[in-house]
Amino acid sequence: MVGQALRDPRRELSVFRNRLTVAGVLALVAFGLLVSRFVWLQVVQREYYHTLAEANRISVVPVVPNRGIILDRKGQVLAANYSAYTLEITPSKVGNVEKAIDELATVIEVAPRDRRRFKRLQEESKNFESLPIRTRLTEEEVARFAVNRWRFPGFEIKARLFRSYPHGEVASHAIGYIGRINEGDVRRIEAAGLATNYKGTDHIGKLGIEGAYEKELHGTTGSEQVEIDAGGRAIRALSRSEPQSGNNLLVTLDIELQKVAEEAFQEFRGALVALDPATGDVLALVSKPGFDPNLFVDGIDPVNWDALNNSPDKPLNNRALRGQYPPGSTIKPFMALAALHYGKRTPEYAISDPGHWMLPGVSRPFRDWKPGGHGMVNLHRSVVVSCDTYYYGLANDLGVDAIHRFMTPLGFGARTGIDIDGELPGLQPSTDWKWQRFKQKWYAGDTISVGIGQGYWLSTPLQLATAVATLANGGNAVHPRLVRGVQDARTQEIRELPIRAREPLSIKPEHLELVRAAMIDVTKPGGTATRVGQGAPYLVAGKTGTAQVVGMKAGEKYDEKKVKERHRDHALFIAYAPADNPKVALAILVENGGHGGSTAGPIAREVFDFALLGKRPERRQKLGEEDGPGD
Amino acid sequence: MISRLFEILSRRIDGPLMVALVLTVSLGLTVVYSASGGGSLDRVIGQGRNLAVALAALWVVANIPPQALMRLAVPAYVGGLVLLVGVALFGEVRNGARRWLNLGFTTIQPSEIMKIAVPLMLAWYFQRHEEGLKLRDYALAAILLALPVGLIVRQPDLGTALLIFASGFFVIFLAGLSWKIIVSLGVTGLALLPVLWGMLHDYQRRRVLTLIDPMEDPLGAGYHIIQSTIAIGSGGVLGKGWLNGTQAQLDFVPERSTDFILAVYGEEFGLAGTLVLILLYVLIVGRGLMIAANASTTFARLTAGAVSLTFFTYAFVNMGMVSGILPVVGVPLPLMSYGGTALLSMLVGFGVLMSISTHKQLVSS
Repeated sequence: MVGQALRDPRRELSVFRNRLTVAGVLALVAFGLLVSRFVWLQVVQREYYHTLAEANRISVVPVVPNRGIILDRKGQVLAANYSAYTLEITPSKVGNVEKAIDELATVIEVAPRDRRRFKRLQEESKNFESLPIRTRLTEEEVARFAVNRWRFPGFEIKARLFRSYPHGEVASHAIGYIGRINEGDVRRIEAAGLATNYKGTDHIGKLGIEGAYEKELHGTTGSEQVEIDAGGRAIRALSRSEPQSGNNLLVTLDIELQKVAEEAFQEFRGALVALDPATGDVLALVSKPGFDPNLFVDGIDPVNWDALNNSPDKPLNNRALRGQYPPGSTIKPFMALAALHYGKRTPEYAISDPGHWMLPGVSRPFRDWKPGGHGMVNLHRSVVVSCDTYYYGLANDLGVDAIHRFMTPLGFGARTGIDIDGELPGLQPSTDWKWQRFKQKWYAGDTISVGIGQGYWLSTPLQLATAVATLANGGNAVHPRLVRGVQDARTQEIRELPIRAREPLSIKPEHLELVRAAMIDVTKPGGTATRVGQGAPYLVAGKTGTAQVVGMKAGEKYDEKKVKERHRDHALFIAYAPADNPKVALAILVENGGHGGSTAGPIAREVFDFALLGKRPERRQKLGEEDGPGD
Repeated sequence: MISRLFEILSRRIDGPLMVALVLTVSLGLTVVYSASGGGSLDRVIGQGRNLAVALAALWVVANIPPQALMRLAVPAYVGGLVLLVGVALFGEVRNGARRWLNLGFTTIQPSEIMKIAVPLMLAWYFQRHEEGLKLRDYALAAILLALPVGLIVRQPDLGTALLIFASGFFVIFLAGLSWKIIVSLGVTGLALLPVLWGMLHDYQRRRVLTLIDPMEDPLGAGYHIIQSTIAIGSGGVLGKGWLNGTQAQLDFVPERSTDFILAVYGEEFGLAGTLVLILLYVLIVGRGLMIAANASTTFARLTAGAVSLTFFTYAFVNMGMVSGILPVVGVPLPLMSYGGTALLSMLVGFGVLMSISTHKQLVSS
């Protein structure tokens, strides 16, 4: 070894062999170490690694159910599904999304609207979600993208089911729409314990029937076990549990009637609710202007959104359920019933109307809409000519709390309980209410305006419709509904939803008969809605109304021609027909329409004509042109 | 005629070693087929071609007597060194490392030459100085070793550098370097570890850290090692069957036909397969050490010993890395991984062993 002077081959060889032995033993030890490592991995830990390997290769993919479709009462499709290609981007897989979209625009068309919508979606969602940049691609576009696919990592063509609303704006407030699930929806889904069923679903009903009947429409999510490779590509399906499609909804609307009603509004804003007075089925539910629900399906772009949201016409507001207006003279039939009910008036009792009414102790007069008054007015005539003076005195005699007590069972001042969300309760004032709300005493003068449906009294068109339906059906409370049946997706069996029992109100039939007779004369010559009944082969019972928009000082004269369009009064009309066998009861509100008789009345006529005779208007006069008698 | 041909072909071939090599290489081809997705013979044919070239080289080298090999040692070493300097000056950069030299007609990786040239050179050196080895002789040997290793570390190619260092170290160790020095060098080395750590590249440090905790970065540095241990572990005792490894066939195992082929093998053939492979390696190393023990000259002994132990080192480092007990270094699994260069240098090494094993009488006479 070191420093060894003479060569000794045998000793040298033995040193070498010793070293070789040491090395060989070390090598054996090292191999032994490997053997123990393999035993550890492949025997002891085998289950663990087997699980990991299975988790690697098996991916459970949710299979989203088809959403149930929505059909009107005659089987017309109101909301359907169609399958189309979308091009989706997962932003986390793309470096510069903007640049990638620019590049995409050289291959297929990307409209500014698509970009805006994508940007909005991106702000609202997490980075790893797949978001559509283009929807409804044509076959040619799909092919063109496929050729250039390699240039666009993180982009993917997907076949998806889309929701479409074939009637566009028509009935949009009733049908509602679906939209992409947002954070608030996720929280609600999780709170309801439905997170599993919503895996893979990216749309949810947001409004109207789509929102309220989400549970029926969504269906049950299935799942598919697929084998995937390291790149996440599916290689083959291992097993599959089929999804169960959502149930179809049969709604009470008649879409043709709805169209007639919407067209009848012409350029006016407003609302209409038409009910079957026997069942509470909503035949038409109009809120004008509407909106195109199709805009919301793929996520609305900011420009359209701003247009809808900031329009002074408030197209997103469902006026039928959420518009709270002074009901005006339309409540006079109910006031007349209250008068008879509490014995404050007999049918024969008449006043001589000088055109105003004086509250004792108050110097300013309460004016009738008709200067000079209506002459001798009894209960019947008070409805037919809509005499304010009659009701000023009546309200004073009844007092606000009796009015409140009588109106509440008719549905005023509370939500009707219609089967879609967002309804507002209106307001039926009382002394208690004023005290709680304002900590103020109720003044006698407050009651007088309430007597003609003004002052604190606010109602929604839906409430007016249910109230007039009660008059039509002989005094039974009505619960309006939009969905009448659910069709099981699998069995096609139709489950009729029960009609909520109609509670008879304590209205005497003879009282009701008096008021109904007066309402029939409203649409006859001499009434405030003569035009509605003119030449109709059926009898219409109705009542006009006008709701003040600008608070007028008592005694001030109102000249509608001088008032700006937005400050014109709202026109109201409630009616049912045929009066002798009511099939349709409705309430109409025309914003800034002026007089009920001349603006809202013709709308009612068109609806009745179509609903009862199947007749469409031949020539439409401009609403409000022909100025009949006021109020 | 045929028996004459067989005689020419097999005269300088060591039977037991050859049998073990052929078995291992055949196993390798089977796994390469599976690792290339099954269904395409391209890689198997490619590897078969590599194998034909490497076997021819083995036969040629086996027919060169050890004395002639000894004469080749210095030119091979010097030539290799010159090429390494050439790499440092004019080398091509690929994947951030300067390892290749473009000779105009072909591109070579001179560090591969050194895998054979270094042990030959050192064995030659100790043979020349066999009368009375002094500390100075070992120091000179260390310099001969340090030159190529240093150049390769700078490329950087830490894996190859370590293996070449190992092959040289085995020669010095077998030549009889005193235990005292080995131990003191070992202690110094350990003491210098923090300094070495500071000299490592970022990616090299990450590889070592990954070994300690692969889950630290499961989709980045840890991904290879996690997926390969899952593959091996999920293979169980008998494996999932040839072509049926899910980890391998679905692409979860990266570099599955080259450095990580053991993961494919372990998954599809299970513990039974890995034990058979280790047994083959033990037989090859054992036979090599036997040839070394019985060799008649210092040069032959040292060369044979170093070649055998270097082979062991390859096998151990690769298996250790793929099974997650050693850091990831770019070392193929000997005789199994797809790739021509490593196979060629490996079989040339075995050619040297066979030459030593079959030329004994000539040398001793």
